[in-house]
Amino acid sequence: MSILARHHTLERNSILLAIGILLVIAVGGIVEITPLFYLKSTIEKVEGMRPYTPLELAGRNIYVREGCYLCHSQMIRPLRDEVERYGHYSLAAESMYDHPFQWGSKRTGPDLARVGAKYSDEWHVTHLIAPRSIVPQSVMPGYPFLADTDLDYHDIAAHLKTSRTVGVPYSDDQIEHAVADLRAQANPDDSGADDFLKRYPRANLRDFDGKSGRLTEMDALVAYLQVLGTLVDFKLYDDKADLR
Amino acid sequence: MTELAQRKIMTAGEGGLALIFAVMVLVCLIGAAKAEDVAFTFHAYLAAAASGAAVLAIFNRYYDRPATPPPQEIGGKPNYHFGPVKLAAALSVFWGIAGFLVGLWAALELAWPALNFDLPWVNFGRIRPLHTSAVIFAFGGNVLIATSFYVVQRTCRVRIAGELAPWFVVLGYNFFIVIAGTGYLLGVTQSKEYAEPEWYADLWLTVVWVVYLLVFLGTLIKRKEPHIFVANWFYLAFIVTIAVLHLGNNPALPVSVFGSKSYIAWGGLQDAMLQWWYGHNAVGFFLTAGFLGIMYYFVPKRVERPIYSYRLSIVHFWSLIFLYIWAGPHHLHYTALPDWAQTLGMTFSVMLWMPSWGGMINGLMTLSGAWDKLRTDPVLRMLVVSVAFYGMATFEGPMMSIKIVNSLSHYTDWTIGHVHSGALGWVGFVSFGAIYCLVPWLWERKQLYSLKLVNWHFWIATIGIVFYVSAMWVSGILQGLMWRAYTSLGFLEYSFIETVEAMHPFYVIRAMGGALFVAGALIMAYNLWMTVRHGEAISASPRAALQPAE
Repeated sequence: MSILARHHTLERNSILLAIGILLVIAVGGIVEITPLFYLKSTIEKVEGMRPYTPLELAGRNIYVREGCYLCHSQMIRPLRDEVERYGHYSLAAESMYDHPFQWGSKRTGPDLARVGAKYSDEWHVTHLIAPRSIVPQSVMPGYPFLADTDLDYHDIAAHLKTSRTVGVPYSDDQIEHAVADLRAQANPDDSGADDFLKRYPRANLRDFDGKSGRLTEMDALVAYLQVLGTLVDFKLYDDKADLR
Repeated sequence: MTELAQRKIMTAGEGGLALIFAVMVLVCLIGAAKAEDVAFTFHAYLAAAASGAAVLAIFNRYYDRPATPPPQEIGGKPNYHFGPVKLAAALSVFWGIAGFLVGLWAALELAWPALNFDLPWVNFGRIRPLHTSAVIFAFGGNVLIATSFYVVQRTCRVRIAGELAPWFVVLGYNFFIVIAGTGYLLGVTQSKEYAEPEWYADLWLTVVWVVYLLVFLGTLIKRKEPHIFVANWFYLAFIVTIAVLHLGNNPALPVSVFGSKSYIAWGGLQDAMLQWWYGHNAVGFFLTAGFLGIMYYFVPKRVERPIYSYRLSIVHFWSLIFLYIWAGPHHLHYTALPDWAQTLGMTFSVMLWMPSWGGMINGLMTLSGAWDKLRTDPVLRMLVVSVAFYGMATFEGPMMSIKIVNSLSHYTDWTIGHVHSGALGWVGFVSFGAIYCLVPWLWERKQLYSLKLVNWHFWIATIGIVFYVSAMWVSGILQGLMWRAYTSLGFLEYSFIETVEAMHPFYVIRAMGGALFVAGALIMAYNLWMTVRHGEAISASPRAALQPAE
């Protein structure tokens, strides 16, 4: 009796068939996914990585909301042209605090993994409001409404707290002062600026959208874009450290 | 009449469901009152209204129905329950056209960005998930629900399990679609491709999906046929696996239970792997296994021949579902994902070519001895060409999963072209073929209103696909080559924006192809409408045993 003949058993019992399907589809996922939670190269710690500041996190949520990831990747592959065009290839550690990840799958526009500090804030603001005023051939939508919309940050502390529950190491101090830190980062004259820099050393601190006195969604988005890919110092990075 | 003598009692299902929905109205109104954001308020009111409508509908149905439950059989023939199937079939046509139109709009935005109008609700980033969800989950999902509920009843020769449950699946699933779609336009998304809906929509879908599984399994369990027909294996694999994928990819913690925003449990690399484990198998089990179920019923039925090989069905079914799950990492070649995982993904993707073509061969060879029908029956032609497109896409996919090919194709329009040869050619055509078969059967019409119009639909849509796919091949490969082009002095030859500029003519051609595909679908809608409205009814046939739609 061949094995195919034994298939009759499964064909006559719907519960057995369902269980068989479940077992067969479980294998691949288990083999490919579980090691990613303990292999050193996938959970490496790299000098310089820190959780996003409250303003950057708010900006990241706008990036997600507008679906920027549908046209912009954040994952530089170790290919010669990509490294020359965009910078050092992306490390696993650089997105370790990203819930969700934003690697993307399509480059209708360029990769943004290292766009931070490449252009001025003013460039970003102008470009986001009217992309074709700076790059005439661009097909990017305009986002003028970001500059006119006040940022809603009343629950930003809850955002940090939720992030902590899913694994981003925010301290109690950072959660408690989330609102103050968010305001301080976009206003160099803010009385909380020094405290903010103590909690997030070397973070960018300035009026990102150039509209003093108003904290807009544009402030947050530009703050996020300007930190992308800038946290790891590749002069100090040891690419052999996590190999085994 | 004995029915009149019997006292009418509300069943536990009716009473219980009405009670649950009544509680839902209350919960949703509280949610709306305490909402943290506008989108959540809107969705809470929508859910409250839908729950209220559900309570009314349950009571309305109760007062209208006879005291005894509908018989399982009438005159020795199964008393099939086709009401929910009809609704899902009609909705699939509606969502299909809506989804194709949104896709056309998105294509036009890429060709002429002024069409974004600088507005949040219609910018490409919000429209694109609306398009993908509308075509995959709204159109494809309703086709799958309609055909699976039809096929499982017919091939088990039994009335579907549950009375309200099948209605709940169809209506609940479409309510999920409404929540998801309106959410995208309002900026509610968790940004995981093809799994964008936020936590509350995901929870609702989980409930609906469990009921779907129970209805399907329940019908299989009470079947009158000794064997479970092959199409049902595929439907079952689709339902079970989508449940697993949905649960694995979506565990998220809401910032507030009264707000739409959540943070996903997985981060960075792990999130990427789980996402593409989900994403690739949404293709493998939603868009492939489910639609293979359609192929295994509708092709043999239409051509009036048995399936070519029973053994091949067994071999290709188990190998397909086993291998597909491994293929996810090919979406992450050359990323920070470890090399071994990428290589595994590539290897299994290449192996996947074989069971995929096993399915294609089984479908095509079913026509053995009846190939002449392709000349006379445009519906069969649509079904067969869909299987041919399936074969093409499942050759192209393994090829693109090879790392060296992927280094060129990834991030480019080639991927978009590949997806659409599968989506328009395979999923689209096999769905159209099935709908063309189903509508006359369900509404008891002798035939379609016009086979000539089916022929028009077939050719217009085919030309549209050719425009679409070839434009994306050229633009994808062109852009991939331009990105890596070097001058003789060793500098990158093109700036990024030069490669964007080079895409323009292909984006225009792609939009034209899409417009043709939409035109074909509109012809189909007209044809189906005329079939239902003015088609000649089947009179006094044995199928009169069917219970009229409720």
